[in-house]
Amino acid sequence: MSIAAKKRVFASPASLTDNKFHFCPGCHHGLVHRLAAETIDYYDLSSKAIGVIGVGCGVFLYDYLAIDCCESPHGRAPAVATGIKRSNPDSFVVTYQGDGDLAAIGTSEIIHAANRQESITIIFVNNSVYGMTGGQMAPTTLPGQKTTTTPAGRQPVGDGYPINVAELISTLKGTAFAARVACHSHTHIRTARKAMRRAFQAQIEKRGLGLIELLSACPTNWRMTPQQSVRRLEAEMINTFPLGTYKDF
Amino acid sequence: MGRVAVKEERCKGCGYCLEVCKEGNLYLDSTRRNRSGYSVATFSEDKVCSGCALCAEICPDVALEVYR
Repeated sequence: MSIAAKKRVFASPASLTDNKFHFCPGCHHGLVHRLAAETIDYYDLSSKAIGVIGVGCGVFLYDYLAIDCCESPHGRAPAVATGIKRSNPDSFVVTYQGDGDLAAIGTSEIIHAANRQESITIIFVNNSVYGMTGGQMAPTTLPGQKTTTTPAGRQPVGDGYPINVAELISTLKGTAFAARVACHSHTHIRTARKAMRRAFQAQIEKRGLGLIELLSACPTNWRMTPQQSVRRLEAEMINTFPLGTYKDF
Repeated sequence: MGRVAVKEERCKGCGYCLEVCKEGNLYLDSTRRNRSGYSVATFSEDKVCSGCALCAEICPDVALEVYR
């Protein structure tokens, strides 16, 4: 049977443009972009969604999502999103940030945005390293993990412990939804899709801030093949960053 | 019977789809490369595909379309 006679059961979501991703092979940013686009389509938000992008590998989101986007200074996406949402209450505002952005320089902004119960959605991609700048240690780097700034491995005494952002944000009263999911297998991707919808639903129902943390692989800066990196994600990252929903409305 | 269409210019040859395909329908064709220089995932016509779409679900580059 020719392909034209068959029913298409999986295709690129409408809110994702045809532009080819610039990400490295095996990087999960593209997957998170696709989940975001699928969720925008699911809630029919493409005409009123505004993306606010932090600094990192996700910075070219405006090339890939067919929604209006705004670049923010490093870590300041929740602050910029606050301004956009307050001046356009009918818009749907979603930030896209990495761990070097949200958990390091932007720690203050995310904590206070959650504490003010801002109706915004945060997509937080945690790959335990600064990706775009060349693999330096991030606050989410695992103890013992080698990076360009911790060549002997991260030492908790002196370098600190990994910050568990989803749990931290879930303790604030203004947070409506906080969950951590992973991107390395199809079952985890399905869970991630459901959690992404809940993070969007929190804003749609004006319940407060919704945050979804996605554990993802960075094969290039982990100095691994894509296959090795997903195995590391499963074996090591999930132990330090337990998966689960920490707050649900 | 299912069928997978590969958008070859989007594929970066990470191989995630090969690992999830229970039937082994996908392989990396080392004899062909796309314009970015990657060996691309290739759908094998001579095996049975159930059209489960796990390959497309796990693809980080949205390079696969599945038909059933």
